[in-house]
Amino acid sequence: MIPLQTADTLPDWAALAPAVLLAVTALALFLIDSIDPSDESPGLLAGVATLGPVLAMVVTGWYLVAGTGMPRTGGAIELFSGQLVVDGMSLFFTFIFTSVSALITVASYDYLSGRQNQAEYYALVLLAATGMSVMASANSLATAFVALELSSLPSYGLVAYLKNDRGSVEAGLKYFLIGAVSSAVLAYGISLIYASSGVLQLPAIAGVLAAGIDNTGVLGVGILMVAGGFAFKTASVPFHFWAPEAYEGAPAPVSAFLSSASKAAGFVLAFRIFVTAFPLDVVAGTIDWALAFTVLALVTMTVGNFAAATQDKVKRMLAYSSIGHAGYALIGIAVLTGTADQGYALGASMLHLFVYGFMNTGAFLFVALVEYWGVGRTFEDYNGLAKQAPVACVAMTVFLFSLAGLPIGGGALSKWTLLSATASAATLGAWLLAAALIVNSALSLFYYSRVVKAMWLEDPTGDFEVTSYPTGLYAAVVGAAIVTFLLLPAFGVVSGTAFDAAAALF
Amino acid sequence: MLVELLILFALVAAGIVFLVPDEYAGQSAAVLSLVPVGVSLWMYSIFDGTGNALLEGSQPAFETITSWVTLGPYAISWHVGLDGVSMPLVVLTTLLTTLAIVSAWTPIDERESQFYGLVLFMQAALIGVFAALDFLLWFVFWEAVLVPMYFLIGVWGGPRRKYAAIKFFVYTNVASLVLFVGFFTLVFGLGDSISTLGLPAIAQALNAGQLGSIGGVSPSTVKLAAFAALFFGFAVKVPVVPFHTWLPDAHVEAPTPVSVLLAGVLLKMGTYALLRFNFTMLADVARANAELIAIFAVVSVIYGALLALAQKDLKRIVAYSSISSMGYVILGLIAFTPHGVGGATFQMVSHGLISGLMFMAVGVMYNETHTRMIGDMSGMADRMPVTAGVFVAAAFGYMGLPLMSGFAAEVLVFMGAFRSTTISAAPLFTGIAMFGIVIVAGYLLRAMQKTLFGPFRLETDYDIGRAPFQDVAPLFVLLALVIALGVAPDLFYTMIQDAVFEVTALGLGGGA
Repeated sequence: MIPLQTADTLPDWAALAPAVLLAVTALALFLIDSIDPSDESPGLLAGVATLGPVLAMVVTGWYLVAGTGMPRTGGAIELFSGQLVVDGMSLFFTFIFTSVSALITVASYDYLSGRQNQAEYYALVLLAATGMSVMASANSLATAFVALELSSLPSYGLVAYLKNDRGSVEAGLKYFLIGAVSSAVLAYGISLIYASSGVLQLPAIAGVLAAGIDNTGVLGVGILMVAGGFAFKTASVPFHFWAPEAYEGAPAPVSAFLSSASKAAGFVLAFRIFVTAFPLDVVAGTIDWALAFTVLALVTMTVGNFAAATQDKVKRMLAYSSIGHAGYALIGIAVLTGTADQGYALGASMLHLFVYGFMNTGAFLFVALVEYWGVGRTFEDYNGLAKQAPVACVAMTVFLFSLAGLPIGGGALSKWTLLSATASAATLGAWLLAAALIVNSALSLFYYSRVVKAMWLEDPTGDFEVTSYPTGLYAAVVGAAIVTFLLLPAFGVVSGTAFDAAAALF
Repeated sequence: MLVELLILFALVAAGIVFLVPDEYAGQSAAVLSLVPVGVSLWMYSIFDGTGNALLEGSQPAFETITSWVTLGPYAISWHVGLDGVSMPLVVLTTLLTTLAIVSAWTPIDERESQFYGLVLFMQAALIGVFAALDFLLWFVFWEAVLVPMYFLIGVWGGPRRKYAAIKFFVYTNVASLVLFVGFFTLVFGLGDSISTLGLPAIAQALNAGQLGSIGGVSPSTVKLAAFAALFFGFAVKVPVVPFHTWLPDAHVEAPTPVSVLLAGVLLKMGTYALLRFNFTMLADVARANAELIAIFAVVSVIYGALLALAQKDLKRIVAYSSISSMGYVILGLIAFTPHGVGGATFQMVSHGLISGLMFMAVGVMYNETHTRMIGDMSGMADRMPVTAGVFVAAAFGYMGLPLMSGFAAEVLVFMGAFRSTTISAAPLFTGIAMFGIVIVAGYLLRAMQKTLFGPFRLETDYDIGRAPFQDVAPLFVLLALVIALGVAPDLFYTMIQDAVFEVTALGLGGGA
């Protein structure tokens, strides 16, 4: 492998190639649309929209294997005077965003057939993905905010894409309003942090804080407000209200995109800001954010799972379960105290988000497939689906059992990793988190298996007929299922990278 | 590499059969499943393992260790290997899978490719359970067995199949969760003294007394709590009275070929895990609580038999009698004598064959008569002489007729338990358990007399004739195996003895 590090191989800005590729693809789509505005060649649009993320994914994968930005090749690459940074963690998350985007664009080809404004749809997906990939690299509060808005604004449009569907428009509006409020909270928090420290760049903030500042109270409020901003993006309590409505009302591929990629983007920003700018040993006197995240994680996973258990629509159940999984992923940042192996704990969360990117996207895309067939939305409507579409139902079963933590896919291993991360911390909060993780996983098996039961065990109630087997949706669903399953035996391939990338942050 | 080959082949076969059209699914599954049978028999013939795979100085056969994942301080490996305990169980699994597939040709008539695909998938997971020597790997396979079983009962079962499937799933998953937590308590207690989750490393560290305290709780309390959690987890699977209530529902609703695998192999997962975990890793705790465990065993024997006596459904009778037979296994294990533990292991194999045979015989009769109620039929020997003959032979095997494998297994268990120094008043416990045989004879003779003999009478509207060849052939294969093991128990007993001998010396004085 070429060590992609210094000027004599490739220029530094090449490290941003994935984000650039995504942005260029989005612009290319606008170009195609302006030449041929009638959406008469959906194949071309979907093809271009898929090619971009796939290329970006390949490049990211190559960088990860080559060790770009990792300590072994010379450490993180700083760009634009340190406003952006490319390291193992940013590449790891970019890999999640690009692979999820590729799955979404492949699946959307069938889902969008016959609808208006397809070029805009794909372009918005790619712009949001660009924003996420910049979020993964953001190294200052300013770039973080801009990147977050770049990924959020297209998402509002995507949720409301079905313009004539009441639910979609309502969901889009709700998402936009809560998003605007939480953006304001975040911006205010950033301004308070700037007020007390005088800098925006993350390592510089840590430096100033370490030297000691006067108005720690203002700083503490600022940190809490920033945490609130991330709670919105990751759909964690207390800013999770938008998630069920937005996921249910949005077109199913968009729900998949938001609940997997967008959530992971929120997490990468939170990881980087809290670990780099506010190291616990520096801000411990001001605010113990690990404690705040412990409480958030406990509440988030419990609220998500208990709400999911009482739903009667599959998509809404998945939406609440996605809140529950945000709670699991918060564990990694909540246990960064005490004796915890910090790189290991953070790596565990990254791994869970990685596996989750595939299994959750797959589950929502299966819902997209069911919507495509015109089957209803409740558990009962799924009765007997396996008789007509066994292959897709096997894939869905893999997703659901993997989400529940049964070792049918990588989800079991990432949960075990989280569990062992809590054990290494060995504080009271960590034990509580471990107990909550186990209890909630057990509970989640109950509602996930309701879908499985409906698909395989029940006799069909509705008189629907599965007449077509859309290639794109099938390819995305089956592909995601294969990756989810393979992440069980091949977990070690990914986990090494994740732990290295996380450890490099400390 | 042979273990990997077995598992991988079963997985691939499952995938192929899943995609084959329904008409050819049964045949192709049977043909494909012959390969694991051949490979496992060949492995048996070249088996060269010595000692117990979990203990020092042993050399498991077909062992491979490859790094899989690293979870914090623990290296997780793909670590498989067979010793004298697991080798016979792997052979049992492959043989019963093929026979169950053939016996499914007649009763299973919808969604066939899915059915056979799931059976083969379950076979892969079962082989993994018996071969895995790393905890997480073992747990992956352990859980993976549940998923196909849930579908096999839930989709192809009887009228109350959904209830039975959910009940099975919930019971066994709760059990898995408890044992998982229990095991990790031990792992945390061992702290730095282990660097892998390999079962041998953990067993040896525990037996060397390296368990530390957790959060101020003393090691002996930790051990006791972990033992209780593991025992509960496995007792549900076995099942031991009073955790048995899922079993009759699952058996009655499951289609016969699935019952064969459930009774024949899945119940053995519980006793196998008890032997590996509770009685090998925590032998000192087991010894300290020997009387309590012996009471569980004896109650299972007697209560299971009494429940069987009260049933009117042939399949329920066989299902409850399994509880009784598993009681003997527990009794043999807790005796901690070479013949006790060895006989218990032998009983696992023997009961797998005999209960499989019984379920199949009941299934063949059901295929023709469409009833399993004792009161609905009599004189079946008149119309189905071959099947009736096999049923009688199987019943005698269950009762422990000499020269059948049940006799060898039970004699060994009783010999071992009688001499046990671990259980106080061992002869008393053994004597009570032996009385179970009398009840077994009672209900089986009554069932046979009512259904097979006397004047022919059938309360259903089906015209019955002789069972088709494909239904009867598996019965004869199993019967031949039962007799072969009864005449020459050493086919398996030598390797079992070699593997369990050291277990009986564990927990005496050593340990924390």
